[in-house]
Amino acid sequence: MKIIRTPAELEELRRTLSEQQDPSQLCVTVCGGTGCLAFGSEGVHEALQAEIKAQAIENRVNLRMTGCPGFCERGPLVVIQPKGIFYQRVEVEDVPQIISETVVKGEIIDSLLYVDPSTGQKITYESEVPFYKKQRPLLLDMNGQIDPTSITDYIALGGYGSLSKVLSQMTPEEVIAEVTRAKLRGRGGAGFPAGLKWRFTREAPGEAKYVICNADEGDPGAFMDRAIMEGNPHRVLEGMIIGGYAIGAHRGFVYIRSEYPLAAKHLGTAIAQAREYGLLGKDILESGFDFDVEIRLGAGAFVCGEETALMASIEGRTGEPRPRPPYPAQEGLWGQPTNINNVKSWANVPLIIENGADWYAQIGTEGSKGTKIFSVVGKINNTGLVEVPMGATLRQIIFDIGGGIPNGKEFKAVQIGGPSGGCIPKEHLDTPIDYESLTELGAMMGSGGMVICDEDTCMVDLARYFMTFVQEESCGKCVPCRIGTKAMLETLARITKGEGRETDIHYLLELAEAIKSSSLCGLGQTAPNPVLSTLRYFRDEYEAHIYEKRCPAKVCPNLITYEVIADPCTGCMVCARNCPTGAISGEKGAIHTIDQELCVRCGLCKELCKFDAISVS
Amino acid sequence: MIHLTIDSQEIEVEEGTTILEAARDNDIFIPTLCYHDALEPYAACRLCVVELEGKRGSRLVASCAYPCEEGAVVHTNSEMVRRSRRVTVELLMASGELLPLVRALATELGVPEPRFRLPPDDCILCGLCVRACRDIVGVAAISLVNRGIEKKVGSPFEIASNACIECGTCVLICPTGALKLGDITKEQKDVHHWDSLFDHHSCHICGDHNLEPQFSLDYRSLLGEQPSDEESSEG
Amino acid sequence: MANFSVKVVDDIVNDHRDGAEGSLISILGEIQERYHYLPRDALILVSQWVGVPLSQVYSIATFYNAFSLKRQGRHLVHVCTGTACHVRGAAQVLDRFQRRLEIRPGETTPDWEFTLETVNCLGACALGPITVIDGEYFGQMAASRVDKLLKEFGMEREKA
Repeated sequence: MKIIRTPAELEELRRTLSEQQDPSQLCVTVCGGTGCLAFGSEGVHEALQAEIKAQAIENRVNLRMTGCPGFCERGPLVVIQPKGIFYQRVEVEDVPQIISETVVKGEIIDSLLYVDPSTGQKITYESEVPFYKKQRPLLLDMNGQIDPTSITDYIALGGYGSLSKVLSQMTPEEVIAEVTRAKLRGRGGAGFPAGLKWRFTREAPGEAKYVICNADEGDPGAFMDRAIMEGNPHRVLEGMIIGGYAIGAHRGFVYIRSEYPLAAKHLGTAIAQAREYGLLGKDILESGFDFDVEIRLGAGAFVCGEETALMASIEGRTGEPRPRPPYPAQEGLWGQPTNINNVKSWANVPLIIENGADWYAQIGTEGSKGTKIFSVVGKINNTGLVEVPMGATLRQIIFDIGGGIPNGKEFKAVQIGGPSGGCIPKEHLDTPIDYESLTELGAMMGSGGMVICDEDTCMVDLARYFMTFVQEESCGKCVPCRIGTKAMLETLARITKGEGRETDIHYLLELAEAIKSSSLCGLGQTAPNPVLSTLRYFRDEYEAHIYEKRCPAKVCPNLITYEVIADPCTGCMVCARNCPTGAISGEKGAIHTIDQELCVRCGLCKELCKFDAISVS
Repeated sequence: MIHLTIDSQEIEVEEGTTILEAARDNDIFIPTLCYHDALEPYAACRLCVVELEGKRGSRLVASCAYPCEEGAVVHTNSEMVRRSRRVTVELLMASGELLPLVRALATELGVPEPRFRLPPDDCILCGLCVRACRDIVGVAAISLVNRGIEKKVGSPFEIASNACIECGTCVLICPTGALKLGDITKEQKDVHHWDSLFDHHSCHICGDHNLEPQFSLDYRSLLGEQPSDEESSEG
Repeated sequence: MANFSVKVVDDIVNDHRDGAEGSLISILGEIQERYHYLPRDALILVSQWVGVPLSQVYSIATFYNAFSLKRQGRHLVHVCTGTACHVRGAAQVLDRFQRRLEIRPGETTPDWEFTLETVNCLGACALGPITVIDGEYFGQMAASRVDKLLKEFGMEREKA
């Protein structure tokens, strides 16, 4: 490891690394993203390491822990290169077999292969897995290939080449022009043209300028930023350095939410390495340009994803937003011009520089260029990350790639944009996704989290859930958000408890309009969206709750009854023993009964019953 | 100079003037609660919102903070503004009868009994006391504590404030009378209790003050040493 | 962990010397990680050494969810209530934890063994509903698995 002083030295290093790599060399990659780690991939990795050593084949096969390539449902994922043999749901017990049979003898272990549910066929190679095949991974492309804690892995694949090109061949204005021509729109959710924001920041007067990477990713169910930071942190850094150069900023901050310790760790390692290699610091690649980056951790506040609150947090204050104008481009951190972009926006930059604005502008729709990563979660078969060009349809994402709804249930709606977004029902599944089309449907692109709901999801309960979230996360500064969302929550809570009133829907709509139009920041301004969109498409469910005291999806505890079905009940007493309130009575062998006065509708009996003898109505 | 239109009146102002300042200079009334001309705008009460016409339709902006822009067209009492103000006033009334200003607005806008109730509280979290203590007096004895609906004004750890100098600015600036002199002098109340525990001194704008820590721990002598069990355990 | 070490806090503050006021949240974060809460006197020291009003430090300590001013139990139980987990039944899981531990989120059991908290999405949605105990992830949770999990962490089964 030595400092790379010039663009030529970087290219030399890349070439050397590339030559050292033998494309036919066997390499076992294990996904080390948070999802797979939670499934136990660390243990698998250690077992592989031990087994390789035990069989004394270290010189024949490499082992690498990579970032998250996105197929989280099937983790732990182990892929054997160069062929790309794809093993899923790998357990520690499978390791000896993997080494002896696949690595040493080249034989496939059938039981570890992915079975395509639509054809029933086993898929051997990663490139043929339908989940991946239909995606267009641009940002996630290296996630299954490189070790995110190794800067040389990134450089070997061309990493920092864009930075080199920018610093040696382009002026800051030319960089901004390129990013503008590519029509890159901010991936944080609002979709503001990045090039334009960079230009504003560059032109604003100020003694010191800053760039910030918003890695707060607070939307529950969204984890693409996490995957990028864990799996390819150098690309984000490269984007930021290029941005800093274009804007005239010498300091950057990455604001990472505290719930992402692994992402913070990998980014920290990346920063340290970039400094060692001279890609951060003074006179980068002989350009005369100085730039460095710091990590700042969040502390559990969703509102700090809002840019003015984020800056307040970096300045050491509570995350209370402030009015705009002035916009951060004019007056941001410590009153200086600041450019804030989302992780994915920064990650797109090296790709745009490398391949050109024209290439980028060819992908996607007229108004929304490039790819977008969606996290597909909830009632879905293939939970994971899906990267597709803008303009792909919901049906393609949810059914073709996502694999549809588990247990044969019916799709009901997809919630996009988190607590600021809205739900989209069946009838709009064929809508091509871009910023405008989603807003028209009453939802919002947001960071790209897609929560799939099926027939067993109560949309009123979902609206109540989001309002609870908003209430917990509201900073409390402005009246409409602090008090207004509480009023909305109270109303929704009453409705789900069967205490809804005739005037409630009108009241909700009135509050929603006021909160949307007069709240201080984006959190409040978008807080009513889930309620508005569920009212728009599922008003019948609201009315059933209010007028009939009925929950069609059988979710709201106060509106459902649990009963024992006589026929299948074997009197095994499992439910009775576990009931928290002792509401179930009956002797062994006799049909049980549930005392409705004592039942709290926790659902445990239904979960435990092996005979399907509990009904919910 | 900037030229804009407020309520069909053509107005000329200096650059950097806010819409509220421009309105007040021209006898156009915009209600405010959290605004004070000795402090930076806070834009929290949302009573001062006005309708600003734009290319893609109108939107509401807080006039206390929004700068006058060339050619701007502003309406301070349009239907859009009144609808928002109506709800804001109703929400403010959720915790009590409040100020004459709020009651007057409620009558004028036709706000009925509030449809939503909170526990009675005279504090509307306008933040004036906190901001004055920090930015005018300079001692920051109190601050906004907690988040969301639990937000309140308080002294650190809800006990007597070490930094309070009993200048009375917070009492003076409070628009609802939620703060009383008794809150900051000898008598301790259970809602606000940041009374100081030392001799009276005036604020730093008009006189000297000298603060001594009142806690049992003398930190200067402790630096570098381990505190004993009794000293550092929670009081 | 009733006491804290002045030296530890001193070291943490020194590590962030260059950050000044801006590093307040990082400093508090490290103290929280070390002691699982923010001791009052540690905050007073931080306020003095960093040179910011104590009221500001207290505001920060009470604003951000990651910080706790109260001592926490030996085992930290974090139930994810993010949207994906919610849709898969996290509410029932949380409900069961509440019943068994007899505390609400934010509270600690009287014997100081367990603290229950909700957390808004850890980003491992494929395993939802997730519960994290002492940093260990437990996926595909269901109300029926709660008792067994608590037992693994030393909780005795209550009498039927």
